[in-house]
Amino acid sequence: MKDQKVFSGLVVLDMATTVTGPGAAMAMANYGATVIKIESQAHVETLRLNAPFAGGKRGINRSGYFANFNAGKLGLSLNLTTPKGIEIAKRLVKKADVVIESNRAGLMQKWGLGYEDLKKIKPDIIMISTTQLGQNGPYAGYRGYGTQGAGLAGVGSLIGWPDRAPTSSFGAYSDSVAIRYVAIALISALEYRRRTGHGCYIDHSQVECCLPFQSPLFLDYSANGRLTKINGNRDPDAAPHGAFRCQGDDRWCAVAVFTDQEWESFCKIIGSPAWTRDKKFATLKARKANEDELEKLVEDWTIHHSAEEVMGLMQAGGVGAALVENAADMFNDPQLQHREHFSRQVHSEIGPHHYENFSFRLTGTPGGVSGPAPILGEHTEYVCKEILGMTDDEFVELIGEGVLQ
Amino acid sequence: MNNQSDYPLGPYRVLDLTDEKGYLCGSTMAGLGAEVIKIEPVGGDAGRDIGPFFKDIREPEKSLFWLGLNAGKKGVTLNLESHRGGEIFKQLAQSADFILESYTPGYMDTLGLGYEALYKINPKLVLTSITPYGFTGPHSKYKGPEIACWAGSGYMWLNGYPDRAPLRFTFPQAYYHGCIDAVVGSMMAFWHRQMSGEGQHVDVSIQESIAFECLSAQQSWDMNRFLLKREGLYRVFGSYRVRYPFPCKDGNIIFNLVGGHIGAPGQKALTAWMDSLGYADDYLKNLDWEAFDAATYDDAQARKMEAQFERFFLTRTKKELMEMSAKHGIMIAPMNDVKDMLESPQFKARDFFVEIDYPELGTSLTYPGAPFKSEQILWKTGVRAPRIGEHNDEIYRKGLGISGTEMAALSRGGVI
Repeated sequence: MKDQKVFSGLVVLDMATTVTGPGAAMAMANYGATVIKIESQAHVETLRLNAPFAGGKRGINRSGYFANFNAGKLGLSLNLTTPKGIEIAKRLVKKADVVIESNRAGLMQKWGLGYEDLKKIKPDIIMISTTQLGQNGPYAGYRGYGTQGAGLAGVGSLIGWPDRAPTSSFGAYSDSVAIRYVAIALISALEYRRRTGHGCYIDHSQVECCLPFQSPLFLDYSANGRLTKINGNRDPDAAPHGAFRCQGDDRWCAVAVFTDQEWESFCKIIGSPAWTRDKKFATLKARKANEDELEKLVEDWTIHHSAEEVMGLMQAGGVGAALVENAADMFNDPQLQHREHFSRQVHSEIGPHHYENFSFRLTGTPGGVSGPAPILGEHTEYVCKEILGMTDDEFVELIGEGVLQ
Repeated sequence: MNNQSDYPLGPYRVLDLTDEKGYLCGSTMAGLGAEVIKIEPVGGDAGRDIGPFFKDIREPEKSLFWLGLNAGKKGVTLNLESHRGGEIFKQLAQSADFILESYTPGYMDTLGLGYEALYKINPKLVLTSITPYGFTGPHSKYKGPEIACWAGSGYMWLNGYPDRAPLRFTFPQAYYHGCIDAVVGSMMAFWHRQMSGEGQHVDVSIQESIAFECLSAQQSWDMNRFLLKREGLYRVFGSYRVRYPFPCKDGNIIFNLVGGHIGAPGQKALTAWMDSLGYADDYLKNLDWEAFDAATYDDAQARKMEAQFERFFLTRTKKELMEMSAKHGIMIAPMNDVKDMLESPQFKARDFFVEIDYPELGTSLTYPGAPFKSEQILWKTGVRAPRIGEHNDEIYRKGLGISGTEMAALSRGGVI
């Protein structure tokens, strides 16, 4: 068993789009599952239309964004608006353990691919539907991306400066959180099936699953009636606490001083200038009261050092600090290099480029990015012939009919 | 009433040694039905000193931070650094399925409780370490305050205004990315164990776990040497910029200007709505939304359009905009706060929030509910967070058979 990957032998149908469903399917591909990405020329998967494109040249097989969430999958192009397309999808379901989909509520049923339909084909099938707001409720039909999800999940309003318009959080915050909860639900379902022999259906809302992160805020409101006010980078239990400008163009280092001991270390690291002995900064309470001034004084020191140097000096002296890394820094980060966070793969059209690993390492049964993302329909023939056992004739006929587009 | 065995992790036991870096991992596993035993130092977790506090009373049993992230667990106290404490822990480890910890890498080894030692006692064990930078490597022993995890992940760089410092969230949540990744990794290792009988060590890096939040920023650099940056109200992708947040009548919303087959139906509905109230000019009314592509759009014209949208949004409430969006596929979402979410008809219709009773506080507290819904894969909720040492008797005396006399001695000796 040592050489076997965790999900060897499992077959996952990825009928989802954008980030959440595909990301969870990728997690399973990384650990040995055969994941078949079902897409179509008729409605190109949204992420394929999103930048960055290799060399800045647009093309459905050139998106690095798509690639990073679809590594190691088999690409099948299948037109589900044709009856034969639906039939082939059903033949795949027969071979599958897990189906992941993210269509607007009701569409799978319309195609004859709802859970009740799939159960007839494969009684122990595990199916998950992941959408912004779930399968029922007055806003169930809501369409949006994780950009909107961040707003709906209250995350967007938790970042910003008190004196400026809120910027919301970068990207599609809820999507990346939701990937993990979809994976958790699916592995739970596998264990449930192992014990009971039964399959299941899971209704997943990408917005709802973000809310456990904010549990204390819901408690604060229900107990104290209080709503959180955005406050930049400050922390009620630490000072200094923030990102401080360093030498160079737009270079920053995050520094956090919580305890008295950390404060003493911090003062020593910056050379114990006279101001550090000022009563105004002697205790956490005093530093909090004079935080504007404190932050300026800290920055007067950091600005003369590189961000890397500030991080190194602080950490060597026992103070939590980290370079505020941009994407280029991440490729140079010795820790991320040590963990092989980025995995180089050769994509059929993009050529060699880098994919990201999840943050967990299974030391006994290693996994990780298992191959490049497929170009649209890259493995159509393989899936049809090797997995479904189609004859050449049938395959050619389906191509001619436009079913495999 | 469900049986314990109805839950996906119902038959299994988790020992949770984590600090605030790992609380949500254990409570998620409690949601999956596992018996999660939160092991705190004698006197309680340091995390019980993190606010906010119930009625602002700074007491360990009143930390809403701690209570919020530890619901559904049992609680015991144990001094792992004492000899007898270590022995008791090893006894618990014999019958455990998972152990969760978030100490500085190497600390468990100094106690004789590292993975090798525990694996000898129980080869089926899944031991999961949640650390800021991962278990090995040049930064593995660096301090990892929350803000440092954001900084190292590439995400902080992307948030805020260009003329000010990059931003983290006001309410800390970096660690929780690590927590849910730890659940995924632990469950994968567990699945392997169910197949093979072999346990293993799962090593989670919080820094890495947030990196996916940057979406395609790393790929932009890798493929095209284009550096995405924080741009205030805008997001810049390659050659084009779009504005996301807008003010409305009673707060703020997020709006995606999207054309093509995905966005056109919603854009048409929004334009028609604006037109009916006199807010759409001829340009907007006549725009071909099917052909519209923000990526190739004229920058100056985009700014003009945004000004028009903003004028309209300022006349509408978050709720009005959300209702129309849900009905017509418009890509607008309110920037909710906790109150908005608690009052949302959507969450209400799905019975999402749960009340958990805290008799000692004389009240119930409102928690977010199950992160997914299923008739088969049940989510366990409703059990409050434990009080300090609440289950010492159940776990030690009834479970391990430690006598009442020894229990008293252990308590006096500061072991439990």
